[in-house]
Amino acid sequence: MSEISFRDALRDAMSEEMRRDDRVFLVGEEVAQYDGAYKVSKGMLEEFGPKRIIDMPISESGFAGMGIGAAMMGLRPIVEFMSWSFSLVAADPILNNAPKMLYMSGGQLGCPIVFRGNDGAGGQLGSTHSWCVESLYANVPGLKMVIPAFPADAKGLLTASIRDDNPVFCLESERMLSLTGDVPEGEHVVPIGKAAIVRPGTDCTVVAFGRAVHFVLEAAAELEKSGLSVEVIDGRSIKPLDIDTIAASVRRTNCCVVVDQSWSFASVGSEVAAEIHRVCFDDLDNHVHRVHSDDVPAPYAWNLEQEMLPNARKICEAVRSVTYTA
Amino acid sequence: MPADSMTKPDTTTNSADATPAAAAAPTPSPDVLRRWLRDMMLIREFEVRCMQAYQNKLAGGFLHVYNGQEAIAVGCVAAMRPDDPIVTAYRDHGHALARGMSPEVGMAELFGRIGGCAKGKGGSMHFFDVDHHMYGGHGIVGAQIPLGAGLAFATKYRQEVMEGTRSSRVTMAFMGDGALNQGAVHEAMNLAAVLDLPVIFIVENNLYAMGTAIERCTAAGAHITERAKAFDMDSAVIEAMDVLDVYRDMKPIVERCRETSRPCFVEMRCYRFKGHSMSDPRKYRTHEEEERWETHDPIERLAAHLVDQDQLTGEAFKAMGKEVRAEIRAAVKAAEASPPPGLDELYHDVYTDTWGPYTGTSVPPFMRRRSSDRGPQDV
Repeated sequence: MSEISFRDALRDAMSEEMRRDDRVFLVGEEVAQYDGAYKVSKGMLEEFGPKRIIDMPISESGFAGMGIGAAMMGLRPIVEFMSWSFSLVAADPILNNAPKMLYMSGGQLGCPIVFRGNDGAGGQLGSTHSWCVESLYANVPGLKMVIPAFPADAKGLLTASIRDDNPVFCLESERMLSLTGDVPEGEHVVPIGKAAIVRPGTDCTVVAFGRAVHFVLEAAAELEKSGLSVEVIDGRSIKPLDIDTIAASVRRTNCCVVVDQSWSFASVGSEVAAEIHRVCFDDLDNHVHRVHSDDVPAPYAWNLEQEMLPNARKICEAVRSVTYTA
Repeated sequence: MPADSMTKPDTTTNSADATPAAAAAPTPSPDVLRRWLRDMMLIREFEVRCMQAYQNKLAGGFLHVYNGQEAIAVGCVAAMRPDDPIVTAYRDHGHALARGMSPEVGMAELFGRIGGCAKGKGGSMHFFDVDHHMYGGHGIVGAQIPLGAGLAFATKYRQEVMEGTRSSRVTMAFMGDGALNQGAVHEAMNLAAVLDLPVIFIVENNLYAMGTAIERCTAAGAHITERAKAFDMDSAVIEAMDVLDVYRDMKPIVERCRETSRPCFVEMRCYRFKGHSMSDPRKYRTHEEEERWETHDPIERLAAHLVDQDQLTGEAFKAMGKEVRAEIRAAVKAAEASPPPGLDELYHDVYTDTWGPYTGTSVPPFMRRRSSDRGPQDV
């Protein structure tokens, strides 16, 4: 164990996999000479050279498609989007090619590729740069989606993603890159599709993904002061979704709030809530409450942006409401 | 372009840095020419029976036939090595057959049967045959071109990074002229030039993007190879109604690409004898134009050449036609005999692993017959 940042954990995962498997390479804007727009790939060019750490032109559609073509031949590309916001111009390759290649070729060839980058509000970046893509993309069959909230999971989930034979979307957050935590040294794999209880509690289950987990932890500390014991579940993977871990918790607490940083309509949050209603119908004391980003484009002004996010205040209100303690 | 202008191929290169011209292609033997003739006839007959099957509702979805453009697939495949990858758009039957896909497997795919190349899950627009290095069959106009750049990236990476050898495989990425105005195509051409990828971008310019004439939708449509200049890329124009021209001009281009690992851009001037798809009444062009182009039928052209050179008799040509018709008839029969995919196939091949409703993956039955113990990634 050593205490390192989320950023370093991501880099360790990529570097360790690149040392282990020469089919793995990294492409993206500014990943090589610039050391990564967010320094995630710092030093990797030096270690692996320009044939495996490759700067891309600003052509997300082109280089995402190129990565997919390489994966069709059995290489294992890591494609970094500086921000998932920029992946929208690559929607066709990442949604139409990567997740469907195995099916459309009748099992002849798959697409073992990782797309990764910053997701969600970065901090006053305005609407075009603040996308939460999870609800848009999780709708598509054939892909997997992971969304780590802690450095150890950043390393473990990214490692698992690189080793996976399917396309995996890894959603990180600019706001968490400097977050530090204990991370196992050497090989560390967190299986895709397994949630984690990050704070045990008895009164209410709160499920969240990615950065929103930290909003929930903040809320849970606040609620504890008024005697409410919140069990916090970090979903860690959106697809596959670990409904079993969530349901086991809800059966203990009989109340649930789902926190999702994307918009509410047809979202990861609505899907998780629907699943909980389906499998825990008789265990629930109240309908599942949801906290999302407000249904507006992400604003620039600091106060508006903070208000828009699924912040601790909104989570506290939802937990009090769902537990009838408001 | 009027048909009358189709005289000698006008092959030009416009690279700034002159690359050494590879040796001229050797003249193919009469045996080879007769095989190409047969290959083109097989593709034509396949397409004719596809159209029938479509009308008889044996095939559904969209159907885009290759009639008239056969010389391109056959000539290009002849100019490359069997292990050079290719990728194309949705008018893909000709490329797959030229690459060696069995007509029965293609027809079964069209009929939505388990014996198809994708177990009936891909359809006409998504013909894959990885053993023959045919990487699809892609339905979105232009989207296959970045994939083609990726195939070239992979061959080069495998050889240079993983095997420590020189890059020596060439990828051909085919598109129609309609794809010229897709951003993805320009992005892929830029990437290929910047990364020195051994890929040949081949535009099958049949003059119509679906029903929109090239001059109505493509700026400087009469000079599309000019676009290659912007990417510092060699280019060539090939009069592609004659397989001999296609082969002769493509062979040195392929070898130069193999040698230099530099991308290249080729315009194939051709004509689509049928409509864009089966629902196309072709009101955007005249019968006169169609008739004019039909006099340049690549099959008749090669047959006439061979007869002219005393390398084919009229009887042998007839016998060849009969043989090809029998082969495709048998393919149709075999495809009809193949059962539809079981409903368990619905959740198969979505993911390689088993979770939730998903049941993992396996190669199609036609490949299992060929080799029994390979995974989806062992290409």
